[in-house]
Amino acid sequence: MDMPAKAKQFPLPSSLKVVPGTERAQAAYPYYTQFEAADDQRFWFYNSMHFPEPMSAFDMVTAEAAYCALGSANTRVHCLPTTLGIDHRIINGRVYIGGNAVTDPAEIARRLEEFKQRAFYYYANWERLYDQWRDKMMALIHSAQALPTPYLPDLEPLANVHAGRGIAANHTLLDTYQKTLEGYFRMWHHHFEFLLLGYGAYLTFFDFCKKAFPEITDQTIARMVAGIEAEIFRPDDELRRLARCAVALGIDPHFGKQLSATQLIETLRTEGEAGRAWLKELEVSRNPWFNINVGDGFYHYHRAWNDDLSMPFASLPDYIERVKAGETLHRPVEKLLEERKQLIEDYRELLTTEEERAAYDQMIGLAHRVFPYVEGHKFYCEHWYTNLFFNKIREFGALLAEHKFFGDAEDVFQLTHYEVESAIIDLMTAWSNGSLPRGPGHWPKLIAERRAAIREWAKHETPPALGVVPDVIDDPAIVMLWGITRESLDTWLSSGADSDPNELKGFAACRGVAEGTARIVKSVDEISRLQKGDILVCQVTNPTWAPIFGKIAAAVSDIGGSMSHAAIVAREYGLPAVVGTGNGTSRIKDGQRIRVDGGRGIVTILG
Amino acid sequence: MAMNDSEMVGWFAELGLADRPQVGGKGGSLGELARAGIAVPPGFVVKTAAFERFVESAEKEAPFRALVDSVDADDLAAVTVLSQQLRARVEATPLPSQLAAAIERAYAALNETQQAPVAVRSSATTEDAADASFAGLQDTYLWVQSLEQTLEKVRSCWGSLYSVESITYRRRHRFPERDVAMAVVVQTMVDARTAGVMFTRSPLTGDRSVMAIEGSWGLGSAVVGGEVTPDRWVIGKITGEISVREISNKQICHVPRNEGGIRSVAVDESQRLRACMSDVELEALRLIGRKVERHYGRPQDIEWAVDRHSGAILLLQSRPETVWSSRETAPVGRPAEDPSLHVLKIFGGVNR
Repeated sequence: MDMPAKAKQFPLPSSLKVVPGTERAQAAYPYYTQFEAADDQRFWFYNSMHFPEPMSAFDMVTAEAAYCALGSANTRVHCLPTTLGIDHRIINGRVYIGGNAVTDPAEIARRLEEFKQRAFYYYANWERLYDQWRDKMMALIHSAQALPTPYLPDLEPLANVHAGRGIAANHTLLDTYQKTLEGYFRMWHHHFEFLLLGYGAYLTFFDFCKKAFPEITDQTIARMVAGIEAEIFRPDDELRRLARCAVALGIDPHFGKQLSATQLIETLRTEGEAGRAWLKELEVSRNPWFNINVGDGFYHYHRAWNDDLSMPFASLPDYIERVKAGETLHRPVEKLLEERKQLIEDYRELLTTEEERAAYDQMIGLAHRVFPYVEGHKFYCEHWYTNLFFNKIREFGALLAEHKFFGDAEDVFQLTHYEVESAIIDLMTAWSNGSLPRGPGHWPKLIAERRAAIREWAKHETPPALGVVPDVIDDPAIVMLWGITRESLDTWLSSGADSDPNELKGFAACRGVAEGTARIVKSVDEISRLQKGDILVCQVTNPTWAPIFGKIAAAVSDIGGSMSHAAIVAREYGLPAVVGTGNGTSRIKDGQRIRVDGGRGIVTILG
Repeated sequence: MAMNDSEMVGWFAELGLADRPQVGGKGGSLGELARAGIAVPPGFVVKTAAFERFVESAEKEAPFRALVDSVDADDLAAVTVLSQQLRARVEATPLPSQLAAAIERAYAALNETQQAPVAVRSSATTEDAADASFAGLQDTYLWVQSLEQTLEKVRSCWGSLYSVESITYRRRHRFPERDVAMAVVVQTMVDARTAGVMFTRSPLTGDRSVMAIEGSWGLGSAVVGGEVTPDRWVIGKITGEISVREISNKQICHVPRNEGGIRSVAVDESQRLRACMSDVELEALRLIGRKVERHYGRPQDIEWAVDRHSGAILLLQSRPETVWSSRETAPVGRPAEDPSLHVLKIFGGVNR
């Protein structure tokens, strides 16, 4: 990078204006998330990895709860020596974040001693603590499942009265809502209990490999560490199992009839013994493995397979065809494990001294111990629990819609979590008093305004970073979680200056070169547009999309790193993939011919 | 004193590095490769014993080695006169008949199926010095067309031991002449469609996990001599992943000349920007490189060629990589008492 970086600067937060006409929607976000004058002194970057689209008022809770938990783990629990938590700000629906570094050497030294007593205890007792973690997480999931559906009877049921319950149904609304919110914040604490320590151990090995083998690719290191039997592969494995079942039971012809999921289930229910047997197997798969959502879990509209079977069902015909053609569709777990082992041994052999080999063994050993958590937690946290959470809020949405607070249950997500509570209290109060709630006169206009604001915000590009560029980024949390380094900032600063307009760069996720027709797929509903040989261009790929990986020629995503699950799955399918292009879905037009070079991380628009 | 053929001539398959005192560095290396199961163009080595025999017969007429031992390396004029004198003698002295017959038989065996041009290459040795010290100081004759020419070039190779540069070099390093001998490699010429070099570690970073391959159309001499900008690839040694792929504009190539030797010709317009190796060939080359490196136990600097007719990949030479190997640095990591301590590199608080 010979370009003088100082010549360009990111805009200051104070110069970034709220899109005209959306000021009131912007004001809906809590005061502590609004930029203030002092923020001009700090460096911020747009968290497009987790929040690629403008966030609705309610969905902001995913940022708030996550940063709250991440920060407490870093700052107060494990005491990372050189960094505290991450502050966040919201403007135009976009989430900007900034780290808090520790720079005073005495404070670093003090924190280092604490870190050794805390983090090292986790490393030393990882398996036991992780087992305990699973129990905690399952208990949390069960308590969320046990929460009642919010409901207001006309009169308190007689049984409650005779039982001397002493609290009325409206209080249960508040109780349930607060427990829902509390559970969600708690879930994020569990999420970060191990995460940074896990990434840190992984990156330690990564760093060693980069020093020992300066030209090794990220994906090779990822292949050495990645787990083979992680929970994240299970949903797709279940689909393959269901495809085998369908063929074994002889009901496979029904899957080729282009029926909707509902029609198909109805047909099988009335089909006789075989159909019902398959539906039973479907239930086994659904609980819990279909509790996986089609995004990363940060948006309420990333629905779970269980809530929308069209996604998993879309891939069944293809799998069934392959079973009929003689494939078993079993993932070759033994073979994959053997390959991983060989890869690790081969690189080990290239090291020059026994001393280096001993260090390598320790680091890969640690990475292997921590990685099941890094891979496994997502299923429980971002998928299973998050689905339960959003669906419970959706139930409140339905209740509020029933009482004319707004037209549609989904409108609830246009309220902040504080506002949802206020609407619930409004409703509770009205129910108590036999009067009318004020909400129906208050919310519809605001909701329309906020929906319009999100549409407007989505049209505006937002700067990748704001404020003063630091000389070095040595905040391990930021480097680890977002892969942001001084070098990537320089690239952002110079982007557009000398780049080829027909070329997009991203992370090389899976090698191989493929050409084909680009299909911009922004939501799951559009999956059916993908024809065999097409190239999927999307914002985030997710393990749940794996079933269509067998059909397409390559995949390109806006977001993701070489260790993202999409990259792992792509490698397993041998599907050329470039992830983290930043803006592939906006620069590539649907139907264009593109070439994907997954080994180099380059996408070329051919026309 | 009678000698049998095997004392004077050795086939690659019978030779290894341990035979270097008898067959020189190049001959030993080719033999070692052949024995390790690596494809090399077939050939034999005219051993140092043959050279000794020749020198013996020359010494009968007049002193030979003693002249070199006594020359002053700094007296360029004297060295030049001596060089001319000795080379003329080597080229004028007929081969002892027994030796000529042995080479003739080997040549016939090499050309049993078809008459093919050969390369005649010097392969010098001293009793204890590594052959690297002589690299580039001896002659190689490509595309030699007949037995007669081959015999002549064998003598030319011997003669190259008495070039001004060689004599000066040996005198400066005080190698006693009696320890200096020359073997000569005679091997089938590869009519190369593509040829080039391969380092089994990165020449840029020294990374042992990648291989750098450079190649261009035709004979490898164009690449080695720097007369063309070759195509360049960087390949993961273990993964086979091609991380760098630079296809350059290859304007000229070296091809054999009908009357022997090589010539430089312009590359056909349509071929200039075409990759001179397919991915499948690169993969095959990677596996060969790994095998050779494993065999020697250290990174190698390899010359290779793809036979125009059979498509086979053949190695012409493999020697230890010297640039990075001579500057090994501190280990990138050391084992820690508690493996957890390693994470401090990432989490900070140390080394800052």
